[in-house]
Order: sequence, then C-alpha cells, then structure tokens
Amino acid sequence: MSKNLRINNKQFVDETRKLSFVFNGKKLYGYKGDTLASALLSNDIHLVGRSFKYHRPRGIMTSGSEEPNAILQIGNDDALTEPNVRATEIELYDGLICNSQNCWPSVNFDIGGINNFLSPLLPAGFYYKTFMWPASFWEKYEYFIRKSAGLGKSPTKQDPDMYDHRYMHCDILIVGGGVSGLIAAKIASDDNKKVLLLEDKELLGGSLIYDDNDISKIDNQKSSEWLKKLIENIKNDKNIIIKTRTSLAAYHNYNFLLARQNLTDHLSVNDRNNKIRQRLYKIRAKKVIISTGAIERPQVFHNNDRPGIMLASAVKKYIDYYGVRCGLENVIFTNNDSAYETALSLHKSGTKLNAIVDIRENSSSEIVNKVKSLGIQIYWNHTIANTKGYKRINKVAIMKLNDKGNDVIGKKIELNCDCLAISGGWTPMVHLFTQSGGKLKFDNKDNIFVPDKTNLNQLSIGSAKGDFELDDVLKNSIKDTKKFLQIENSNYDKIDVQCSKEKEKKNIWLLPSDKPLSKTKPFLDYQNDSTAKDIKLALREGFKSIEHVKRYTTTGMGTDQGKLANMHALGIVADTTNTNMGDLGTTTFRPPYTPLTFGTIVGRNVGQFFDIFRKTPMHEWHVDNNAKFENVGQWKRAWYYPKDGETMHDAVQRESKAARESSGILDASTLGKIDIQGTDANEFLNRVYTNAWSKLQIGKCRYGLMLNEDGMVYDDGVTTKLGENHYLMTTTTGGAANVMSKLEDYLQTEWPELDVFLTSVTDHYATASVCGPNAKKIINKIFKNLDLSDESFPHMSFKEVKLGNINCRIMRISFTGELSYEINVEASYGKYIWEKCIEAGKEFKITPYGTETMHLLRAEKGFIIVGQDTDGTMTPVDLQMDWIISKKKYDFIGKRSLYRSDTIREDRKQLVGLLTDDPNEILEEGAQIVKDENKKPVNMLGHVTSSYFSPTLKKSIALAVLKEGKKLKGQKLLVPMIDKTIKVTVSDTVFLDKENERING
Amino acid sequence: MFLINCPYCGERDQSEFVSGGEAHIARPKQPTELNDDQWAEYLFMRKNIKGIQFERWNHAHGCRKWFNVARDTSNDKIEIIYKMGEQPPKL
Repeated sequence: MSKNLRINNKQFVDETRKLSFVFNGKKLYGYKGDTLASALLSNDIHLVGRSFKYHRPRGIMTSGSEEPNAILQIGNDDALTEPNVRATEIELYDGLICNSQNCWPSVNFDIGGINNFLSPLLPAGFYYKTFMWPASFWEKYEYFIRKSAGLGKSPTKQDPDMYDHRYMHCDILIVGGGVSGLIAAKIASDDNKKVLLLEDKELLGGSLIYDDNDISKIDNQKSSEWLKKLIENIKNDKNIIIKTRTSLAAYHNYNFLLARQNLTDHLSVNDRNNKIRQRLYKIRAKKVIISTGAIERPQVFHNNDRPGIMLASAVKKYIDYYGVRCGLENVIFTNNDSAYETALSLHKSGTKLNAIVDIRENSSSEIVNKVKSLGIQIYWNHTIANTKGYKRINKVAIMKLNDKGNDVIGKKIELNCDCLAISGGWTPMVHLFTQSGGKLKFDNKDNIFVPDKTNLNQLSIGSAKGDFELDDVLKNSIKDTKKFLQIENSNYDKIDVQCSKEKEKKNIWLLPSDKPLSKTKPFLDYQNDSTAKDIKLALREGFKSIEHVKRYTTTGMGTDQGKLANMHALGIVADTTNTNMGDLGTTTFRPPYTPLTFGTIVGRNVGQFFDIFRKTPMHEWHVDNNAKFENVGQWKRAWYYPKDGETMHDAVQRESKAARESSGILDASTLGKIDIQGTDANEFLNRVYTNAWSKLQIGKCRYGLMLNEDGMVYDDGVTTKLGENHYLMTTTTGGAANVMSKLEDYLQTEWPELDVFLTSVTDHYATASVCGPNAKKIINKIFKNLDLSDESFPHMSFKEVKLGNINCRIMRISFTGELSYEINVEASYGKYIWEKCIEAGKEFKITPYGTETMHLLRAEKGFIIVGQDTDGTMTPVDLQMDWIISKKKYDFIGKRSLYRSDTIREDRKQLVGLLTDDPNEILEEGAQIVKDENKKPVNMLGHVTSSYFSPTLKKSIALAVLKEGKKLKGQKLLVPMIDKTIKVTVSDTVFLDKENERING
Repeated sequence: MFLINCPYCGERDQSEFVSGGEAHIARPKQPTELNDDQWAEYLFMRKNIKGIQFERWNHAHGCRKWFNVARDTSNDKIEIIYKMGEQPPKL
C-alpha cells in the first residue's frame, strides 16, 4: 500500500485480524469486517471489471446490492466457483480468490475494449437489427453472439455444498434492520407480538449506525449512540427473532415470503466443512413491515462511468464504516443535501475534498451551512460536462448551467480528482412492495415512486416509504406502526429528534454537456451499457411503453435489475415525450430481489432426494437378482433381469419364452388399488365404467374401461366383487392417483347422493402374479387345500385363503393370455409370498420377468396399455373395443361424447396390428407410417405405439394407430426410417392364441 | 402462494390444494337429450374473467374434500369459501 487509504480505529473492522485474498492473481490484504469491495478500495483498486457491451473499464460504484460494476467470479474450483458475485456484498474471508469477468486477456488490457470505439456502430437494438438477415446465417451469428453474451463462468461440476429450507411463521415480519425497522420491531414486541426481523447485512442498524455527524440527535444523544442502545435492547428481546445476513428474495401474495440466509459465505473455505451454506426461509407472516430503506441515485452526465466515480453515500460508508478512503483527491457532485454528509465525513477523516459541485442555485440548511463554514469550495448551479481518465478518473470539467438547466454556459473549469462522489437523490426500495402486488404513486416533490395501495396486510416505513430525514423517519415510523398494529401508546411517543432539513430541491434527469448529445456517453445502466442516447433512439423509433423501451435498450435488465438506472430512464422518457412520470408507470419488479443460487432454490432435493420414488415390498429381491429398473410414475419397477451379461433384448426373449412355455412371475404390486364400499358401490361402477356391472357376482372379476367426459380412454383395470357392497378396483400404475381423485370428484360434486366410500389401498397390498402353463401346479404346491379346478376357480374369479396366518386374496386374471394367478397379501408379507412362489416354482424353472416382458406378452395378445397405445385422443371405438361399451346403460362418464360429430368420424386414427414383411425387422416405437413417401408433403397416416420381437411367434409384431385403420387390414404400407424404408402389412391386433385357449392352461 | 381456508381443516398452504376449474357447471342429468352444441357447451366452454370468479378447489393433500371458492382473478384475493352443493353468494 503506497497510498495512505486506511483510517485506523474503526469499530466495525477488526485490524487485529489481517486476511489475505487474491484478485486477478495478485495477493492482497484486508481486515475482518471488510467487504471484498472495501478491501480492494483500501488497496487502491477501483478498476474491477469491463462493461458488457463496450468493454469500458468500470470500478466499484456502490456499497450494496445495487452494485452494477463490481461483479466478480469468486473461487477457482470447478465445483465451487460462482459468477456474478457483487464485491460490495461479499464479506472478506481469508484465502478468497476472485477474478474480473467479461474481459480478455485481462481487465487492464481488454481486447473487447475496441467496442468502445465502435460504439457509434452499436446502438440500441443493434443485435436485433443486424442479425435478422439472411435467416440462413443465424447458425454462424449465434456462435459469436453466444460468446459475447453472459458475464461469468458457471461451475462445471456438481455443487458439493449443502443447502437447507425452513418454514417460519410470525405475527410481524420486518424486512430491513435499519432504524425504522428496529423501532417498529420494538413497538411490536412491546405489544407482545412474535416478531421476525431480517437484515441482509452482518450487523443491524442500517446507515445510521455509522453516522458520525454532530447535527442529528435523538433524545439529545448522538443518533448512532442512541441506536446502539436500541439494538442491545432488541437483541435481548425474547419476542424478536433476528436473522442477519438474510436477504428477502421474494414477496408473494398472502404474505408468503422467501428469504435467503448466508451461513458460511463469510468463512474461510476450510471453516465451511459440513456446514450448511445457505438457508431458504419460507415465511408466512400475519403482517409485514417493509423497512428496506432507499438507494442513492447517480447523476446522468457525459462519461459518468469511469472507475473512481462512486455514489456519495458509498464513499461515506467506506470512510465511516470500513475506514477506507476511496481517493485522496475528492470531488462531490450533487443535487441534494445528503452528499454534504459525505463532505463532512471526508473532512472529519482528514481526506482532501477539492470541491463540491451542486446543480442547485444555493442551499442554506444546517448541514450545508456547516460545510460552508469549513471553507470547502462549492460550485453552485454547475454541472459536470465531462470527465477524464481511462482506467481511473483524474479530472472533471465543470460548467455553469443555464436558467432552464438544459444547456451549459460560460467557461469550462477543470478540477483534479481521483474519486468523484455523485448523488442524484434517493429512490425508495419499493421492489418488495410492488412484487407483492402493491401499486405505486409518483411523488412530484422528490421525484420518487412511493407505496400507495395494497391488498395485503403490510406497511412500508422509513425511507422505503419516502421519508428521508431522520425526524420524519422516526416519527412517521412510530405513528404508522402504531396505527398498523392498532396500538394506542408506545414507549417512543415523546421521542425528540434533531436533524438538518433540506429546503432546496432540483432535479435534472439528463445533464447537459458542451458537446451535442450524439457525441456524449451519459450512462444510465452501467452493467448493460445503455445510455440516455439509446432511450432517445428507442423513442424516435416509435417505442412508447416503458416496458418496450426497457427491452429494446436493455436498460435495467442486468443482474442488478436496474436498481440504479430505472428512475433516470423513466425521467428521460417523461421529459422527451412531455409526459408526467406518474402516468408512465414503472417497469415490473420481479423476484428475486437479488439473485439466488440454484442450490438455495432446490435445498435438500438433490441426488436421490430430487424426487421421491416408491419401492415395492419385493424390491430388495429384485435388486439381489440383478434386475434393471424403470420408472413408472413414482415407482421403481423391475424392467428385466439380465443373466450372464445378456442384453435387454436377450433377457426379454428368454423371460417371455419361459412365461409361455412353463411359468413366469411378475411383481404387480404397483398397480393402483382402490377399495370401494357402500350400498351404491355397484351403481357407482356402472357410472364410471363403460361396461355393465349389475350382474357381477360376489367372487368374480371384471375388466373395465374408464373414459373421460370427452369420450377418450382414461384408465383400465380389473375390479373384483369382494362382498355385496364391497369391491376392489385396480388401476394402471401411473394413473392410480388421478383415477382416485377423479372418482372422488364425481362422488362429492356430481353424485353426492350415492352411498360410496373410496380408500386408496395401493400401498397396503403386495401382488405376485404367477403365469404360464405350470402356474396352476405352482399355486397348488403353496395352497394345498385350495380347489383350483376350472369349475371351482374359473378364469376371472377370486378366492380368499389363508397361508398360515397370512390372508391371501387370489385372483385368476390374466394380462399375458396365459393361465395366471395374482396373489395379493398385506404388504409386509410381500417378499415372503414372492419367495414362496419362487421356491415352489423351482422345479418348473419359474422365471421372474419385468415390465418389458409383460409388455411383449400382452402385445402378442393385442391388449392395450393406456398411455402407450392411447394418448388422450383415442375412444374405445378407435381402439376397436366396441364390445366393452354397454348399449343398455343410459349413461356413464363419456358416453355422450362417443357420438359427437368428431368422435364418429370414420377417418379417425384407429388401433391396428402391423407385421413387417421381413419378420426379423423390429419397428421403432413412434415411427411414422405412410402410404407414399415420394409425394411431398408426405402424408402421415399414423405411428407405431408398441413394437417387439415375439420369440413365440418368431417374428416382429407391432401395434399402431392408423387413419381409417379398420378399413386398411391387409394393406401394404411404409415406415420410412432415417437409413431405410420398412415395408409393413396392416393386421389384426391379436397375434397369438386368437381363440383364448391358453388362458385355461 | 395462497393461504386457503379449507372449510373442513382450516387455513392451509396452497401447495396442499389443487384447483378444479370453474364451479357451478353441473353435469347434465340427461346427456342423451342434448345435441352436440349443448353437450359441447358443458364439456368445453369455460369463462375466463377478470374479477370475481367462482372455482372449485380440492384439499388433495389433506381431507380430499372439494369445495367452492370465489376468487378475484385480478389480485387473487379469495372473497369467500363455501361448501359443495351450496349456492354461490351474491358478491
């Protein structure tokens, strides 16, 4: 450190704890309590980045979340590196590594800087205008545009950090721990309310806590001293939960808010092990008080973006809080009194202040008079016409303003400076208020938008509401909080506040220069490089809505979301179009207020917790027996069981052959099961299924097809009559939950008169399905006393038996076309009964098969799978399942839709079978079917829905949906693939055992 | 994220509920008597208004009960909640 930039003995920085960090490869030092920005400034580093479009050198501008320039890449680890981190927000820790973004090869010498000199060629909308034509060039353009877009680098490896979510509930949520928020918290707590207080910085107190002037006093004490006592009081208050380093990200309707707490980002990397990095609070508050404060506006003048140009309030904070001088030769440029506090801080710290430039004619407030009395040169009614210094400001040129304030007059005066502190007034942070749906109104006096109407139980106080002077802040906060909480008296009713009062106001959105506007660079949005010229160009080109102007010029679209730029953009639009700013409205503020990492958003829901999955009671057996699994809904289902390195095809061929020739066993536990009871259960089934249920006897099973009210197939499954008023319905695995809620919907809303109760019992039972010619022998070995004769236990019937103490429900039903028994037991016995079947089936080489083989076996029989062969546009008629539609029933769900003009069209897509001319050729599911592939455009007739090679038939088989398919049986069609065209013939949907003989073994 | 006052369970987070679209569209008692246009009116036609809209909601991850909600679509304010089978209140 060659320059003396540190001011010692500051209470918020611990000079006994020296921390080292690396910026752009250079090792530097700071202290505990510094932010990265204050540490860089103490090393005389302003230049930290390059702007997005013109690659202009940019320096640290602010001390908070509104920072547009100092956004850095933190860390150099592929997994932990984080782009776009604001140096003004990250607390310095030992070993921090950071780098500038958007520059190559370095921030000091950046090739992209040539864009600065090309800038007349890069106006607003440049990319939109230039890369529109010719359209075929887009692929070439895209490569370069992608390269020039984006700032930092994303991590390339998985995030190893832990993140957490937590729900919070409170009576009063207070967002912002500045003086207004603190006093509101105390008033609420004194009224015995449960208060949650969020502060995004490390310490409570806002800007008043480091206020060091002698003018403002509270109850005759220095205001910062008074505030410290209040904070101590609040820290010991049991009604108040304080969360620091916690920033509010989003304010949703019904007072639902999201806040992010940084837990380890301020620790050195070694101290972070096994700690949660960030926590997302999901807060439901009865009432919300927004005390988020205000941010200072810059001023818009020619070359207002050089490194060393900073907000006046930031210069003050770096001196008074961090003890860091931002420059040794300072100039202040302002249009209001608040920058005079910075002047006092500079003076008090013994830092040279060359001059104050004020666009007002004069000011005679207490604070300005004090500055005058110190003999500091003030240029009234002057503006800055230009600045100099490429990588750091070294001079400003000031000129006198004319009467209207739209031009400069007189002689240019040059002032030396290495830091220019600018202030253009203050903007209340109304982001959260508007996020929550609140409407703003424009205050012509201060040129600000302030909270107006809201539907929620919320209140804005302090400078977030538009009060900027200490007496207004405190007195109005106390008054408004009391009214909001319906409190008569508080301990602060007699508070005595003294402060300087601003009397003169003046605001010019775009300050004039001696050069014509077209030759100047007055920046609005520093990050996106949009200037006042761009706004005017957009208006000239016909954009009127502020939302369109924003998008065309990209003003306010950077990671800072226009926190600094938006008001000036609105002001310039209003001035240029002669509109009142209040009538223009603002652009929409959207969450998050500051960017969130993906890790925080997903929390613990990563890896195996990304989505819940369900396992059947037999799951471990499948794992032990080398099953491959597929996801069906949330279920993990055994897909196939490869043996000795078999491919899926080989395994499926073996499994399906075994099931047809001897016996196979399938875990069918995942099928949805709904227990239906009540005196009207039978009537209910009649209304929800297409077929008739009145004559079903106890102990019998029936297949049912369920439609939507629009006539399209929705679900299918077998329902068993267990007792007079008791049924067990099965549904598809994926459709179980939807079927349940649909049935519940009809029961509660359309047919409340029916005495029916539904219970989901999917998880209560485990199901082992044993099929094949030897199935009966296997079942007989397990259930020795059970009569399995076709007379006693025919196809589509059910018996309840005991195996020891285990209650077993056995259904003789078949989805494979083979003789088949489904054994249902209480879930906890699932693995036992499964192993029992495997044991009993050993001598018959019982073969476990997975879902893939099940699909093949049912396709051989032409049985549909809802969701595979249907897609929400298939009626039962389209599926050639006319037989299942009852002609006698007056009504069922979807019946009327089956004869709408559209559903009776004969040229609808219909389910058919397809056989390839080459029996070894297997079609691809989803492949398109055509008649003529030469006539363009090629007419698509339909597509393949299921396709397999059948080892039993020794040929490939497929199901497909085909336009007018019913009429096309025997027709030759084509399935064009990327490298060949496959010839197919339309067939019946049943390929095997058309007579249904196998069902009886 | 709404806070919905289930008439059977009390105030719960919106994530426990599913919306079931416009309320008070009764399924015709005699669908076969309707022509295509009348049936389509029941099947497809739904209002999409700015202002107070009557909707069905289901406490899917709770008591599974359906109920009616009058919601202002312009600001999502729930004006009133009433049970299935009850007539919509005059608002």
